[in-house]
Amino acid sequence: MSSVSPRSPHSAVPAEAVPAHRSATFVGMPPFPDAARAATRDSQLRHNLRKATHTIRDKRDTVVSELDDWSELRAAGKAIKDRTLRHLDHYLERLEEAVTAAGGTVHWAADAAEANAIVTGLVRATGERDVVKVKSMATQEIELNEALAEAGITAYETDLAELIVQLSEDLPSHILVPAIHRNRAEIREIFRDRMAAWGAPAPDDLSDDPRALAEAARVHLRERFLRTRVAVSGANFAVAETGTLVVLESEGNGRMCLTLPRTLISVVGIEKIVPTWSDLEVFLQLLPRSSTGERMNPYTSTWTGVTPGDGPQEFHLVLLDNGRTDVLADTVGRQALRCIRCSACLNICPVYERAGGHAYGSVYPGPIGAILTPQLRGTASPADAALPYASSLCGACYEVCPVAIDIPEVLVHLREEVTARPGHLGEKAAMGAAGWVLEGERRLGAAQRAASAARGLVPRRLPGPGAAWTDTRDIPEIPEESFRSWWRREGRHGRAETEGPAPGQLRDDPAERAGRGEDGGR
Amino acid sequence: MSTPQERGEFGTQGARPGGGSRERVLARVRAALADVPAREAPEDVAVPRAYTPAHGQGATVDLLVDRLVDYRAHVHRVAPEELAERIGLALAHRRAHRVAAPADAPEEWFARTATTVVRDGGGLDVAELDGMDGVVTGCAVAVAETGTIVLDAGAAQGRRALTLIPDYHLCVVRADQIVDGVPQALPRLDPARPLTWISGPSATSDIELNRVEGVHGPRTLEVVIVE
Amino acid sequence: MRIALFITCVNDTLYPRTGQAVVRLLRRLGHEVVFPESQTCCGQMHYNTGYRREAQRLAVRFVETFADADAVLAPSGSCAAMVRDNYPRLGEPGSRLDRAVAELAPRVYDLSELLVDVLGVTDVGAYFPHTVTYHPTCHGLRLLKLGDRPYRLLREVRGIDLRELPGAAECCGFGGTFAVKNPDVSAAMGSDKARNVAATGAEVLCAVDNSCLMHIGGTLERGRTGVKAVHLAEILASTEQEPARI
Repeated sequence: MSSVSPRSPHSAVPAEAVPAHRSATFVGMPPFPDAARAATRDSQLRHNLRKATHTIRDKRDTVVSELDDWSELRAAGKAIKDRTLRHLDHYLERLEEAVTAAGGTVHWAADAAEANAIVTGLVRATGERDVVKVKSMATQEIELNEALAEAGITAYETDLAELIVQLSEDLPSHILVPAIHRNRAEIREIFRDRMAAWGAPAPDDLSDDPRALAEAARVHLRERFLRTRVAVSGANFAVAETGTLVVLESEGNGRMCLTLPRTLISVVGIEKIVPTWSDLEVFLQLLPRSSTGERMNPYTSTWTGVTPGDGPQEFHLVLLDNGRTDVLADTVGRQALRCIRCSACLNICPVYERAGGHAYGSVYPGPIGAILTPQLRGTASPADAALPYASSLCGACYEVCPVAIDIPEVLVHLREEVTARPGHLGEKAAMGAAGWVLEGERRLGAAQRAASAARGLVPRRLPGPGAAWTDTRDIPEIPEESFRSWWRREGRHGRAETEGPAPGQLRDDPAERAGRGEDGGR
Repeated sequence: MSTPQERGEFGTQGARPGGGSRERVLARVRAALADVPAREAPEDVAVPRAYTPAHGQGATVDLLVDRLVDYRAHVHRVAPEELAERIGLALAHRRAHRVAAPADAPEEWFARTATTVVRDGGGLDVAELDGMDGVVTGCAVAVAETGTIVLDAGAAQGRRALTLIPDYHLCVVRADQIVDGVPQALPRLDPARPLTWISGPSATSDIELNRVEGVHGPRTLEVVIVE
Repeated sequence: MRIALFITCVNDTLYPRTGQAVVRLLRRLGHEVVFPESQTCCGQMHYNTGYRREAQRLAVRFVETFADADAVLAPSGSCAAMVRDNYPRLGEPGSRLDRAVAELAPRVYDLSELLVDVLGVTDVGAYFPHTVTYHPTCHGLRLLKLGDRPYRLLREVRGIDLRELPGAAECCGFGGTFAVKNPDVSAAMGSDKARNVAATGAEVLCAVDNSCLMHIGGTLERGRTGVKAVHLAEILASTEQEPARI
């Protein structure tokens, strides 16, 4: 396999069937279990993901453990976002007022089509055909690049990982590092093969040293930054009180896009608001440490409307709903809107590490994607209905989430939504039968006796759905008798060997017990 | 065929707020929040602020130096009378022929350098800035705990493009501009001004999650702390 | 003390020896064990798969069965966590189920909690002359927050040689119906866990949950590693006179 062939299922689409600057799409991808199956068998991908996720996990651990008030910051972050969400209408109006007062223009988009139409119209009004883009999840979600392409406008991604994805006509597989599934050798091939078609070519002697690759990206984009007059961005935060937008980044591509063009268009989800300027003191500590595992990311830009003589002189803020109000309406699922897109849940997730981001069939992969995508898109399609099940519910995501989103709770909640839909007849029958057996101890006892009687007949490899288990694991031997049956026959006749002392007397020294706090005592 | 935008369906032309889907989105938000009691004010949602304003990870200036070095910035600590010489040495070491500086940067900063200093009052275009060997500025605030320098386009800092396009940035930080942590920095900054928070040279972790310094922003950051 | 044993459906049906070990251990320590026979299952599988109503019915049965118990022992971390962490989400606030759960759930313990916190003992007089590595399990680690309790119990076992498990905090990939719905990812996680277990050189893998042990143990057996999966109760019940069979 050529190392630059896209891993998307659409790699087979013939070149002539798509526009000149192609981009892949998640539409029509197989459900998670099928997509994940292929990923688990791709040893290069497994290696790339394991290396990258373990590197970032360790970095996060180090910088988070530096702060002895991490849990307090996390509690504050959660509460600030809850305050915002519970009064989102109020804060949206404050934000609009403040941005407008500072010389910006606010637009409201109910869905992706409307947001794309607004942005397309704004770019057209400038007369420009090229826009530079800062990495933005919201614009990926609405497939803005594709919409602009249809209008004859080319969007140039400038974040290094986004550039890799765009050049290779691939799909993003991670929120923070969309090309996390690519290693340095693959990236070198992509740069060598594709850069020339988009602008300045890669040098002939390009090596796979990350420094050389970063330098190639610098050269490739330099002229583009200096001459492009329109930029499109997202935002990490929007401060309602002051109308300030905040973008955190590392490479300086964000600064380029936010500073040099004449027109700046920012597409921002309505949940990105924080109430006040001082609330940023919490998020500017939580986000970099959770995200890139740094005490602070190299560059953070904040701007409020337009500043005469400095930066873009025209600023448009497009506030995007696109399903967010549906999430907001669900009192359990609402907490997903607290997300600040740090990716810590992806990096810690054992399922993400093995399945990779593409398997989630959405720009939002990993645990947060598994709860966000089915809420934004609904659970009607098989692919969306499979997402809430793409988790072993191990809880590691909740533990690292800087705004304490109880992802397992929302996953289970969404599973209830899925099972409430028509279909799943086999599973419903099995669950119903299991429930019937378990709702009576005599039925359970009878089932256990039947299993014990047939124990010699259980094959080493099971047919049907059971094969999913026995393909890789041995099944336990069914015992001769259940505990219940043993207890009746023998167990209940036993006695305590000595007269049990009162619990208090048996306890260790109280001082020692008092010192138990550190081991997570309840 | 005209787009909805051209037909004006979304009311996005001009500065008039409130057109198009504004009411629709706000109505949806309000409907989604039916569970929130009408009497509840935003401030009624308690925000516990038990976190500490600063983490006491070391003496302020030492900590800033430690963090900056960790980001692979070049750092010098000087007395006020040594500043001009330090700047001169740094620019010489850099072999800089022409550097940009904000129009209001103190003249004495450049008293001991042979490098040509081009003052920018907003007049240098992008190509001229791109032709500079570096830029020398001051800052508004520095945050010790995170190794961050904040520029607010105020005194001796210039507009944002000035510190972005040249490949080398020398920043002068006065000790009284350094605060311990992020919570002390925000009250000193005016959100109405465009702010740039800089923590080391530009970098990327996009290749195998390994940090590499030097992408689009200045690839070399040199900091002179004046005590 | 009188301890009500909630054996759990998996232990009852597939791992009676774990329940027998619990009974032997607690009696040896001088306590009375009762087994309310109307018990069946905590409903974890139903709840986690999205079958809330079925889980609710099983939760009602659980609280009715154990309402009068002073202490309920669930020798399965995930079942104890189901009762303590998820039962409070099952009943409508203020409902009978909700009130009964609030009253009962704090008295439901995993084995290591019962021994260390309630019975105040870490040296249970066990003898187990084998190399052992301990897998903390997700529910034990992140929901029950068992912390070092199991290690404190294991360290007091005579003859034991404890080995640290690399990547201990990572999920084994069982996850109930996850193993069936996402068999490939589950197996990939299981084989990585099994590889880490084998790398310790231990003869025995120990945990507080037989579901995880079934998954990792089945993978270890398929890989012919010779490592045996053994519940904590069986190690703690083991003595010179009555050694555990492994």
